[in-house]
Amino acid sequence: MNRGVAIVSFPGSNGDRDAVDAFAESIGVATRLVDYREESLDGFEAVVLPGGFSYGDYLRTGAIARFAPVMTAVQQFALTGGPVLGICNGFQILTEAHLLPGAILPNRDLRFHSEWVHIRVETGETAWSSAAADGEVLTMPVAHGMGNYFADPEILATLEHENRVVFRYCDADGHLTEQANINGSMHAIAGICNQKRNVVGLMPHPERAADPLLGSPDGLRILNAVTSFVGRLV
Amino acid sequence: MSASIWRVDIVVLPKDGVSDPQGEAVKSGLGLLGISGVDRIRVGRHLEVDVAAADEAAARSIATTMSEKLLANLVIEQFRIDSIRALQPTGRQL
Repeated sequence: MNRGVAIVSFPGSNGDRDAVDAFAESIGVATRLVDYREESLDGFEAVVLPGGFSYGDYLRTGAIARFAPVMTAVQQFALTGGPVLGICNGFQILTEAHLLPGAILPNRDLRFHSEWVHIRVETGETAWSSAAADGEVLTMPVAHGMGNYFADPEILATLEHENRVVFRYCDADGHLTEQANINGSMHAIAGICNQKRNVVGLMPHPERAADPLLGSPDGLRILNAVTSFVGRLV
Repeated sequence: MSASIWRVDIVVLPKDGVSDPQGEAVKSGLGLLGISGVDRIRVGRHLEVDVAAADEAAARSIATTMSEKLLANLVIEQFRIDSIRALQPTGRQL
């Protein structure tokens, strides 16, 4: 059974319905909200962990969501090569679950950043960046207080060597500047992938830039990749 | 064997070398307050956990497991168990 895209709702998720709209309305693929208490993702072809403040961000962002019942199925789905996208809090959950390396620290300036940013596509060779071109600059919003990507030097070197930095914060022309790196992330990292390249996490919100009416359709340059593993509804 | 309730104090701090924006902010606040001579501040978390265990070693082992698996993210944080003390016997049989 082809069930399309599973969007996981945790207590405190707030980007889940935005993600449903983007996939179902803007792209036109089968999409279903999956409750965090569900234990199976059978039949789904892609999984999205949306943005928000799961479990109130208590302890650390994503730390408790990692143990939600659905996460065992997410782990299994990811380890068997299924495409998993973590957006914002979803990215934080993926690092806490060790599906992606490193961790996310409070923003360098301690401010909550809710603004439009530019990110540069560093590699189209992942499950979730295959619809975009290398070097392409995308405009979309961020909304986070903890987005400051951290990894120890060894992991950073591995990420760079294996071309697993998927997105970096940049200026409108695609240049990496200190100012464009809004949260102080190491190597201006806005998104990374795992070694198999099927799991991608990023801090910016492509689902909130999925229509010109929302200010930018650039998020679709990322989300459209879903059509390579989920058929469009006719 | 009867179990006791043990109060365990666990301290979680950013690892050395990991930037601590909160610590930096508090340090600059102290500067604004006119308190000088502060060389370094690391902001972390102190957890007070009451746990039923047969003895102190068992309580320490439970506290270590919970710290490693959830209370601290060992990628960016370190933890230490500051103290363990018996509160009162529960009377329950383990």
